[in-house]
Amino acid sequence: MALLAVFFFIPMAAILNVMFAQSGDIVFSDSLRPLGFTVFQALLSTLLTLLLGLPAAYVFARFDFTGKRGLRMLTMLPFVLPTVVTAVAFNALLGPRGWVNLLMMKLTGAQAPPINFLNTFTAILVAHVFYNIAIIIRVVGNAWSQLDPRLENSARVLGASPWRAFIEVVYPLLRRPILSAALLVFLFDFTSFGVILMLGGAGFSTLEVAIYTQALHNLNLPMAGLLSLIQLACTVIILLLYGWSSQGNDVPLFPRLSGEGTRKPRSAVEKGTVALMVIILFTLQVLPLFALVSRSLVRLEGERGQRGKVQSGLTMDYYRELFVNRQQSVFYVPPSRAVINSMSYAGITMLLSVGAGTLLAYAMVKRPATRRWLDPLVMLPFGASSVTLGLGLLIAFSGSMLSRASFPWLVPLAHSLIAIPFVLRTVQPALSAMPKSLCQSAAVLGASPARAWWEVEMRLLSRPLLVGGLFAFTISIGEFGATTFIARPDNPTVPVAIFRYLAQPGGLNYGQAMAMATILIVICAVSIGLLESLSRAINGSE
Amino acid sequence: MKRRLRVCALLSALLLTAGCTRAAATETATPVLTVMTHDSFSVSETVVKTFEEEYGAKLVFLKSGDTGAALNRAILTRSHPEADVFYGIDNTYLSRALQEQIFVPYTPTALAQLPGEFKSGLSGMVTPIDFGDVCINYDKAWFIERGLALPATLADLAKPAYKGEAGNGLLVVENPATSSPGLAFLLVTIAEYGETGYLDYWRSLKQNGVVVVNDWETAYYTNFSASSGRGLQPMVVSYATSPAAEVIYASEPLNEAPTASITTANTCFRQIEYAGILKGTSQLELAQRFIDFMLSPVFQEDLPLQMFVFPVNPAATLPDDFLQYAAFAQEPARIDPVLISKNRDKWVTEWTRVMLP
Repeated sequence: MALLAVFFFIPMAAILNVMFAQSGDIVFSDSLRPLGFTVFQALLSTLLTLLLGLPAAYVFARFDFTGKRGLRMLTMLPFVLPTVVTAVAFNALLGPRGWVNLLMMKLTGAQAPPINFLNTFTAILVAHVFYNIAIIIRVVGNAWSQLDPRLENSARVLGASPWRAFIEVVYPLLRRPILSAALLVFLFDFTSFGVILMLGGAGFSTLEVAIYTQALHNLNLPMAGLLSLIQLACTVIILLLYGWSSQGNDVPLFPRLSGEGTRKPRSAVEKGTVALMVIILFTLQVLPLFALVSRSLVRLEGERGQRGKVQSGLTMDYYRELFVNRQQSVFYVPPSRAVINSMSYAGITMLLSVGAGTLLAYAMVKRPATRRWLDPLVMLPFGASSVTLGLGLLIAFSGSMLSRASFPWLVPLAHSLIAIPFVLRTVQPALSAMPKSLCQSAAVLGASPARAWWEVEMRLLSRPLLVGGLFAFTISIGEFGATTFIARPDNPTVPVAIFRYLAQPGGLNYGQAMAMATILIVICAVSIGLLESLSRAINGSE
Repeated sequence: MKRRLRVCALLSALLLTAGCTRAAATETATPVLTVMTHDSFSVSETVVKTFEEEYGAKLVFLKSGDTGAALNRAILTRSHPEADVFYGIDNTYLSRALQEQIFVPYTPTALAQLPGEFKSGLSGMVTPIDFGDVCINYDKAWFIERGLALPATLADLAKPAYKGEAGNGLLVVENPATSSPGLAFLLVTIAEYGETGYLDYWRSLKQNGVVVVNDWETAYYTNFSASSGRGLQPMVVSYATSPAAEVIYASEPLNEAPTASITTANTCFRQIEYAGILKGTSQLELAQRFIDFMLSPVFQEDLPLQMFVFPVNPAATLPDDFLQYAAFAQEPARIDPVLISKNRDKWVTEWTRVMLP
């Protein structure tokens, strides 16, 4: 709570106060169009994400298939990508000279690229699904796999159709996690910034984009302040609506052994569903990443022949060049240092948010009355403008004891602010659904409270804790907006290094940015894999 | 409860460590000069070392986003300035910064050697350091292939010859609301057609299928056909020095730049970057020496290959590669900086209404 006060409420109050004290014109009507568009695109994106995410969550929760673990890990990776890299990835795949268009032009002999994807509304929607489907898969899928399959089976034995079994048995039990995940997705889409700017192009403006333009380009702070207030007010309304719709008590359910509810797909329909889901996820999540990686290894120049003997082909040059400081710049970042910085920020963020999130979850479960106000409060930073929050952190801490020297700590703390809701959202439902009798039996059998907690509760919580921790880790690695204002150049991270390469023209710079992004992806894949096996080790078997 | 205590202990330990590092830092005798600047800033290690050794000081650079974001940071933190020197404010933001009174006056002696065009509107507060022209870059091969002549004036761009096919015009520009080269190009059109005519000109560009994107990265790497992104537009609003970067940072050694800039009269905007000493600095003397240093040949000659800009000091010699491929306009468009800061919001808003309804 103190964390929240210090890192959210004080900065927000400070910045809003300063914003309205500055000179600038407020044109209220100018805020209506971005507001309308923000709500519209967020609703549509969330619906689409649910539409694809729920079947995917089902497939992951109920079936075993080859490559399941790998695919689940891959769907998590988009989360770590800075938007500028995602934009480049989609460009490499679907852009005018992306692989898909190049292939189709070759096949059909067309002169112009047939697919016009970038700078369209579709691009915004696809990118939002690309980023956020992991939330649905993880949060809902995790709860789903904990559901006793016998409940569903009994319904089927009693004559219910699969659909009816889902609506009357499964859905009521999953309503909480679904709403909870949908809220996270909605708020992410609602405050979307980079995706709108870079993939949607100049024709679209959300509240967050308008705040950014007003605050950082027009230097019209009062207008930015007004827009931030509107955004904050909307977030409060959304959170209240959510609180109202998710009322009701959790049904305590005996946790299942992990892996108990899953089996191999049997009928043709089941096999078809699994195959279809795998294909969809692969196309949506993995192909853009693959396109990105391929561009770090392939040189495309020289296709037109006018450029001397330069040939297109495979190359490792971009990776080799990462280790060379050609212009002897003081800002050169060796890849290893950027990786170490990113990893330590992410590690600290993960520990902080898992710790704080678990404590909050315990508080909410032990004292249900606190939940009504604590939950929306914790969620607020999520829906606040990160540009405004960033400026607020700047004002609140400039010149104070916490400034300068402690700046390295500010970054993971600010990341934790965004990551805690994730931990809370995965841990709290698991905790409140845990039957009290389990701990009681342990106590009766002679376990000390500490031992009962460690061997019973912690084991049952390890999976949700892992999921929350993973999100914290990836949020931190991908960096969110507010930190760009408080980050100090002493500790450049991988995304910072990527921006540096993309800011100047030249094939080598482009290739190096792709190579750095590939390194980021690989490192995240490895870390996610390690964390998953760690949780399996604690939890016993898969 | 136990766990809560443990976390509390952890947190206070964190804060303590933070406090300690700060205490340790202030104990050291070396004075530290902090320079706030934008993300594109770069400088050679040797140049930094030269200054540090000469004055027994340490330089810290505080990169703070793009020019607008960095200026905002300086304005918002002016009661507790985070830095001693601000570098990288350009002529589109200059009068706003002067109006906010974030600088203390300083005029280096070397200023006298600089050409007159860099010395207007300084108010004794800031010192010009470098300049670069925002110009249209084009894909050389594309124009040779089509046998199409290059546009020589803004008016040419609105002619049917440069219309392109189905919604894909030949020129990609950046949104002036979110990008500084975008704003620069808007200012070029205002200088040419005046406040009364520029919107009509943009309407005709729109008719010709001009493509608008939000940032330079997208325009250059996604839309421009001669970059590694290999987009559809053979012309892009970029810098007159970009062709040099294409050669120096080519994947394979090139003898010739794949791109070039159009630098004909009144088609480019000259961005001049200034440095100033921030009010409230505790290192006034050192800050003044740093401003002097930035005008000296050592720093000025380092600028071109680090940031792809031209030094303002005519005594600085340029690197060969740069001299060969980078260009600047003989007659850039002229527009009064005071007018810019007064009207930029209005112009950008009007432009947005016409181009992005």
